Amino acid sequence: MEHLTFEYPAQRAFTARAHVGVVGSGDLEVLLSPAASMTATVDVRTSVDGYSHIWKSVLDRFFQRYDGAAHIEINDFGATPGVVALRLAEAIEAIDLAAGNSGAHGGSGVQGGA
Amino acid sequence: MTMNDTQQLTRGALWFRALAGESTSKAPVWSGDAALGDETARFVSVVPDADNRFPRATDNVVGLEQGWLLGRAVRDAIAQDANAAKKRPIVAIVDVKSQAYGYREEMLGVHLACAAGVDAYATARDAGHPVIALIVGPAMSGAFLAHGYQANRILALDAPGTLVHAMGKEAAARVTRRTVDELDKLGETIVPMSYSIASFAKLGLLDTLIGDVDADAPSGAHIERVRGILADSVRDARADKSRGLSHRLESETAHKTRAASIEVRRRLAAQWDAA
Amino acid sequence: MNSAVLQAAAPVLADSFIELPARERVRALLDPGTFRELLGPFDRIESPWLPLQGIVCQADDGAVIARGTIDGEPAVVAALESAFQGGSIGEVSGSKLAGALELALRDCERGRIVRPVVLFETGGVRLQEANLGLAVIAEMQAAIVALRRYVPVVGVIAGMVGCFGGMSLAAALCSHLVVTKQGRLGMNGPEVIEQEAGIDELDSSDKRRIWQLIGGEQRAATGLADSLVDDDVQAVRTAVVDAFARGVPKAHRSEQVDAYLARLAAIDPQTVTPDTMRAVFGADASAQIKE
Repeated sequence: MEHLTFEYPAQRAFTARAHVGVVGSGDLEVLLSPAASMTATVDVRTSVDGYSHIWKSVLDRFFQRYDGAAHIEINDFGATPGVVALRLAEAIEAIDLAAGNSGAHGGSGVQGGA
Repeated sequence: MTMNDTQQLTRGALWFRALAGESTSKAPVWSGDAALGDETARFVSVVPDADNRFPRATDNVVGLEQGWLLGRAVRDAIAQDANAAKKRPIVAIVDVKSQAYGYREEMLGVHLACAAGVDAYATARDAGHPVIALIVGPAMSGAFLAHGYQANRILALDAPGTLVHAMGKEAAARVTRRTVDELDKLGETIVPMSYSIASFAKLGLLDTLIGDVDADAPSGAHIERVRGILADSVRDARADKSRGLSHRLESETAHKTRAASIEVRRRLAAQWDAA
Repeated sequence: MNSAVLQAAAPVLADSFIELPARERVRALLDPGTFRELLGPFDRIESPWLPLQGIVCQADDGAVIARGTIDGEPAVVAALESAFQGGSIGEVSGSKLAGALELALRDCERGRIVRPVVLFETGGVRLQEANLGLAVIAEMQAAIVALRRYVPVVGVIAGMVGCFGGMSLAAALCSHLVVTKQGRLGMNGPEVIEQEAGIDELDSSDKRRIWQLIGGEQRAATGLADSLVDDDVQAVRTAVVDAFARGVPKAHRSEQVDAYLARLAAIDPQTVTPDTMRAVFGADASAQIKE
């Protein structure tokens, strides 16, 4: 089991939070909440060791398009990069939905789809 | 009864005899009333039954008949004391190596038979009977859930072969894809996985670990000491403010090793009603 | 358009209950808009034991607890997420269930009835937490027995994991069990039976035989489950609502000692089959087939 952390610059604050996924074989869960400062941070706990460079490349790509000041926690049970990207996208979609509903600040977490 | 003098008595059988004399019911479930302290208690034990109609339930296991007969033995005591101000203690003498594993068992609802045991003991406890579990051998998995784990107090003899666990070591090793040695090693640092009764005591679930008693050939003094500890437990149980199982989370040991169990309940309570 | 044309034009589409993850199943059973999760992922109470073994945690430890209403009445629904560690019971996931049932009991004792529903999708005790999993199942069972004096405790076994191990005893204590055909209710998993008793006793790869033995339809036909429903969200909802409407049964299944000892005496262990047992176990069973 590995614990990896990453940081990315951010431009936008937001107030909602989102949770998607399950820690099942080949899957992961993503918890997305507002960061403490104008920096995006990612905490990855993964059951598969030795792939930090792959995580970096997936997250690099993700943060090329996403500029929110998010704190992202990932619990991963061997998902492929494609599934990771999918779950991250789902989480963002859930945040956007919440923002559309006048931002669920401090609420019980908007749930993403299965 | 199928246990005769030429056979080696199981611990569940010998401790029943030692504490309660002759059973008024046949194997696989022995039951009977005997003196405990200054009152009469119902003693219940699961013993081997070579003639059991279900071939996979002839050992000291909880199978179809055992589950329902446990229900009967306990409910009988509840019914007899229905109008009594003081309900008799019920002592489960626990020596059960597993639930019965079999095709017929699954077909005919062994899960429900075991639940009948759970139900009866819990109902007795809720009605005010002090329920005490005395673990004298293995107290495994669903069998222990059915016979003993609903008790107000849990006692165990500190002796080889006395243990509490969710699955036998070999089976657990297969399922978790580890060796038996690896499991033993894990049990040294991960308390809930340990197979030792001393480690089980660290979970705050065991009220008394009774040392210096010969579990297989107890002397008169050993038996009297156990009887005394049983009587003390009955007294303690009667003094509980609740008839539920909250006592299990009250000890210092529990606060240490079951901190999460306590924290979960605390936070659930805080969130229970909408702000 | 007249109604006859509308009927012909509208196909009935079922929403699979089985395909929903635990959180969505809970949401689906509570009245719309009333779902309020307790100790959700963001509360971050996780297993203290899994990280010590190099196993990644799930933020809710695989259990979802939510308050809301069912048919307008206060309720709590608890569900296990089978995708995480097989829905197995660990210290935290089990304490969430036990704690929720204990709080429902406390409310009922104070005159505020809370309707409890448990979605059983679980292999039983999480072996990585062994004795704490087993202990907390005993606590759950204690709460169910006490709670069902006040209000029906309703269990749902939908599949595909089913309900096994110590949790099968908890399900058997429930006032009312809703099952699908795909659901299974058994004490020992087929693989464990095969291991302990040999492949002649049970071939765990023979799926048809397994479902014939312990599947939802068989359990409903033999009085070991109460409502057999299609894998459809609305059907499950309706069955749950109906279960509460029926109220607490006069005698729970697990209390019927004499009746079940008589049934066991009436079958021949050498020859009984899942089919022939129906005559003895199921004739007057309260099994209902619901659309």
